[in-house]
Amino acid sequence: MHHFADLVSNHAADDRTCDYMLMSLIRQFETKLLDLFSQGLLSGTTHTCIGQEANAIALMAAIDKDIDTVWSNHRCHGHFLAYCGEVHRLFAEIVGRASGVCGGRGGSQHLAWRNFFSSGIQGGLVPLAVGTALADRDKGAITNVFLGDGTMGEGYVYEGLNLASLWDCPVLFVVEDNGIAQTTPRDRGVAGRIAERARPFDIESASVRSTDLAVLKPAAQEAARYVRERGRPFWLHIETVRLRAHSKSDDTRSEAELEALRELDCLDLLRAGMNGETDLLDTEVAAYLDACFDAAMKDPEPCA
Amino acid sequence: MRVIEGINTSLHRFLADDPAAHIMGEDILDPYGGAFKATKGLSSAFPGRVLTTPISEASIAGVATGMALKGKPVCVEIMFGDFVTLCTDQLVNHMSKLPWVYNDQIAVPVVVRAPMGGKRGYGATHSQSLEKHFCGVPGLTVVAVSQYCDIAAVYAAAFASGTPHLIIENKLSYARRLEQRDVAPHAEPDIAIVTYGGSTEVCVAAADRLDAEEELAVNVIEVTTLSPFDRDGLRERIGDCRHVLVVEEGADGWGFAAEVSRALMGLPGLSFASICGPAHPIPSTKSWETALLPNETNVVAAALDLIL
Repeated sequence: MHHFADLVSNHAADDRTCDYMLMSLIRQFETKLLDLFSQGLLSGTTHTCIGQEANAIALMAAIDKDIDTVWSNHRCHGHFLAYCGEVHRLFAEIVGRASGVCGGRGGSQHLAWRNFFSSGIQGGLVPLAVGTALADRDKGAITNVFLGDGTMGEGYVYEGLNLASLWDCPVLFVVEDNGIAQTTPRDRGVAGRIAERARPFDIESASVRSTDLAVLKPAAQEAARYVRERGRPFWLHIETVRLRAHSKSDDTRSEAELEALRELDCLDLLRAGMNGETDLLDTEVAAYLDACFDAAMKDPEPCA
Repeated sequence: MRVIEGINTSLHRFLADDPAAHIMGEDILDPYGGAFKATKGLSSAFPGRVLTTPISEASIAGVATGMALKGKPVCVEIMFGDFVTLCTDQLVNHMSKLPWVYNDQIAVPVVVRAPMGGKRGYGATHSQSLEKHFCGVPGLTVVAVSQYCDIAAVYAAAFASGTPHLIIENKLSYARRLEQRDVAPHAEPDIAIVTYGGSTEVCVAAADRLDAEEELAVNVIEVTTLSPFDRDGLRERIGDCRHVLVVEEGADGWGFAAEVSRALMGLPGLSFASICGPAHPIPSTKSWETALLPNETNVVAAALDLIL
């Protein structure tokens, strides 16, 4: 399969179109996963970032992929695709093929590709992020770790903040606060204010309430620049929206609530700023996704 | 040389041999040099590579994993082995698991050292032998040492392996002199006592007494690598002996004795017994604690029960 970057370079002359194609890719990739699950064609589970794609694109544009490290979580497809665009190999991983990024060992939640890693234990990767930041500090590299509002309940977060501050570790903590942890709303799971969490550790922070890529990109760039130039951790709190279920179908929110959240759909916001060519781009992306998926399905299983 | 000095020398070598190597733990800097002095002198000899940490065992193990997968091997000291439960998630779900799950795209050269064992009157949360909870974890090698094993070789092998290791040390053994003695000298022993770590000393003393008082030939079979457990190797070391006593200090059940019995299952004519720690927490009253845990007297009695 040709790489997604080749598809983009054939169609996109400007950054906004590149961003649109990437966001469309992530959205359609995960929508396709949900369709496949509903048809019984996938097993296990998956956690989609539908509604949160702009965060992944903003952050992955802000880091230096040659040297920086990214730690993601269970909701990792968007981060991964924005990091490397390895569509065929991600499909192959999720459908359990030897050609998958982890040879079919990892599946949806456990991805590793160059300096990108994800896993399915809430907060468990926070100290690893502190460790990679410390190890690569002399190279001028930073580490980006993605958390959610649900992760705020894990002690790892606070141990990690303490160590990162004490040891001047260049860690960019990114909290994607979508207001709901599986089915538990934020006000039942998080006391106090997430935006304020890092201050007692003498860690600078910023809070952004937006799903607009145009707002998120500069916020991410500023945060990453601060971490790299100061050699200090930073806490970036992003209030975002989760438009679909936690995993496949476990959404307990009302249709009215979801309808209101859909007004904040980052893909719609991006589409509104384009000149009407988005349908064509969506079609191109869809065809590419189908080709990647079909290729992955033809690859051998790891246990074959 | 004492056990603690042997360990200290191994840690010196670890830092001297690899300029990327680090050591982390609580209160490990000079002049204190760690609660049991295993790290004494290291921070002076290798400033910047010996990191004293806050009381955050879970994160220490995680930071070590993050550094290790970036090519900086780390040895972690857990002050009392009892506190290693706080690292369980890192040991089980991260450092031992991620290399395989990531299709071996990363390696995690982390060695976690944990002093275990009782008989010092430290009470229920500073005296346990918790290693069984970490045995049988795929990807994690669990090793136990005593004054009878080749400390330098065991540590060097763990550091050279490039894989996660948990090394069980023993607080009482720290003060003992290293002994190059063959504790399994008999070609045709009457009894084989299978044990590991801190209990080895008790078993060797019991074997000496059984030899002196009962004229019994007893081999003490010290198992150094607890997990993965080498069943074939153990059967070889047992040979034709059919009186086997297993001694461990951990609490009763789901432990070393069960693993040894699995290794010996099906041996014809086998007489098998085991002794272990109590099925309740360890009391802080030292005499009570010593009576409850394997000791020379109850090991001798169990051996005689087995053979008579």
